[in-house]
Amino acid sequence: MNVPVHLRPDETFVLNLGPQHPATHGVLRVKLTMDGEYIVQAEPVLGYIHRMHEKLAEAGTFAQFMPNTARMDYLHALAFNHGWALVVEKAAGIEVPERAEYIRVITVELNRIASHLLWWAAFLLDLGGFTPLLYAFDDREQIIDLLERVTGSRLTYCYMRFGGVYNDIDDEFITGTRAFIQRLRGRLPRIYHDLVTHNIILIKRIKDIGFVSAEQCRRYGATGPVARGSGISYDVRKNEPYSVYPEFDFDIPVFPEGDSMARYMVRMHEIEQSLRIIEQALDKLPGGPVMGKAPKMLKPEAGYYYSAVETARGSLGHRLVCDGGKNPYKLKLRSPTFSNLSLFGEVAEGMLLADALAFMGSLDLVIPEIDR
Amino acid sequence: MDLTETTRAALAALFPGATAPAAPATEDETTSAAAEPAPLGVSVLDPARAGTWLAVHCRPDQVVEAARILDGQGFFLESIAGVDWPDSGQMEVLYDYNRLGGATCRVLVHARVARDEPVLPTISSVFPAADWHERETFDFYGIRFEGHANLIRILLPEDADFHPLRKDYLP
Repeated sequence: MNVPVHLRPDETFVLNLGPQHPATHGVLRVKLTMDGEYIVQAEPVLGYIHRMHEKLAEAGTFAQFMPNTARMDYLHALAFNHGWALVVEKAAGIEVPERAEYIRVITVELNRIASHLLWWAAFLLDLGGFTPLLYAFDDREQIIDLLERVTGSRLTYCYMRFGGVYNDIDDEFITGTRAFIQRLRGRLPRIYHDLVTHNIILIKRIKDIGFVSAEQCRRYGATGPVARGSGISYDVRKNEPYSVYPEFDFDIPVFPEGDSMARYMVRMHEIEQSLRIIEQALDKLPGGPVMGKAPKMLKPEAGYYYSAVETARGSLGHRLVCDGGKNPYKLKLRSPTFSNLSLFGEVAEGMLLADALAFMGSLDLVIPEIDR
Repeated sequence: MDLTETTRAALAALFPGATAPAAPATEDETTSAAAEPAPLGVSVLDPARAGTWLAVHCRPDQVVEAARILDGQGFFLESIAGVDWPDSGQMEVLYDYNRLGGATCRVLVHARVARDEPVLPTISSVFPAADWHERETFDFYGIRFEGHANLIRILLPEDADFHPLRKDYLP
């Protein structure tokens, strides 16, 4: 029997989104106060996949924490490898051979493309388009095969070591990567842009939806494509250069609109820029060893250290405190989406639920990286 | 004046009595023994080694003023971290600030509180980013941020009765 529901004009109700909801891509829960289809208040509830990596870091040696890094942002695991290697190398004063840094950059950028492709696929799936996922996974599979060849893993990489990388790349990897660059360059305009980017349904779903201002990014500490989609030219690779990034000629895509479409465009252009970086790195790849001299047991000097890298989702920081012992005394992981998500509540206020989900997808959330 | 110098001069307002420190004398601060608190003041660090341009050691009641100064200089809050120092009976809160674009100048603000009464004022009224970071620090260390509108656990279950990153906590 259908009983009509009469709400008073000021009456609201609470709606739980998640923690088991396909649109949250993991175990994020959002407590929504709704006025009909409109959001009055949105409060993300975190911690459903919290594993306390920071305590695990204190319980082991510096090297023992390397496998953990890949288990936070499992989509851009090599950037987390890289960030941890860089902060420990900084603290312990370890030199890295040039060839190793080139290989790090090549693999990190390949991984960044794979991350953006998976975001693209999942985002469109959220919006109701299934076919793009098949194209994106086809391309992503090529990257995973290439990375598996050198790192030994397909997703949770533990490839970097303090002082270098554990395995050199071979000719087959180089040939395969060059072929992949050609392949993706051909497919980006034909498939990705013609089929999806210029599609009127997509544009109507995400253009002028989920507006984030540059000032909001600053107040909430949002970085990565979220900040760059709001007109802020901030990329750790340019603003605080690390590794061998200064050797390469690449641009930082910035879109000033601040809506979900701008964040979409930033990531699509970043794929092209990553291809440029990989191509230049392969051309300039120096010879030599891929592992420098590093002591087996590290005991960095007591002090406070910080190192930042740019992951696919923004600025990842490691705040490391050492007391001269063989274990990290304290490690704080500043994960980019933790800060990016914190502005969700303010922006989602007054939005339609369906628009808020499109906005959430454009933030590119990886829940294990928020919860750590 | 470059960004580091401008910021140092702005932060020096926190310590009116102090004489202008000679820059070279503070260079060694990078790796000062961490267990003992450093004297109050602003010091210039070696970014290549520490990843930080300026370090501020201040009293707990000065963290809001420090946040206001950095807010006025266009900084954003990168993270807040706690550190437990049981040997000296203290806990430390580390605030990392940086610039969003342009030149980089990471500023690390240190504040120490007594371990048996860890209370600081909240800076979430200055930077909303601090809301979640302070909740996390409360969750992990039991450090309370006075004036915080919603100081509840964020990552651990709501019925947890422990603060796991304290050094005396063993699972």
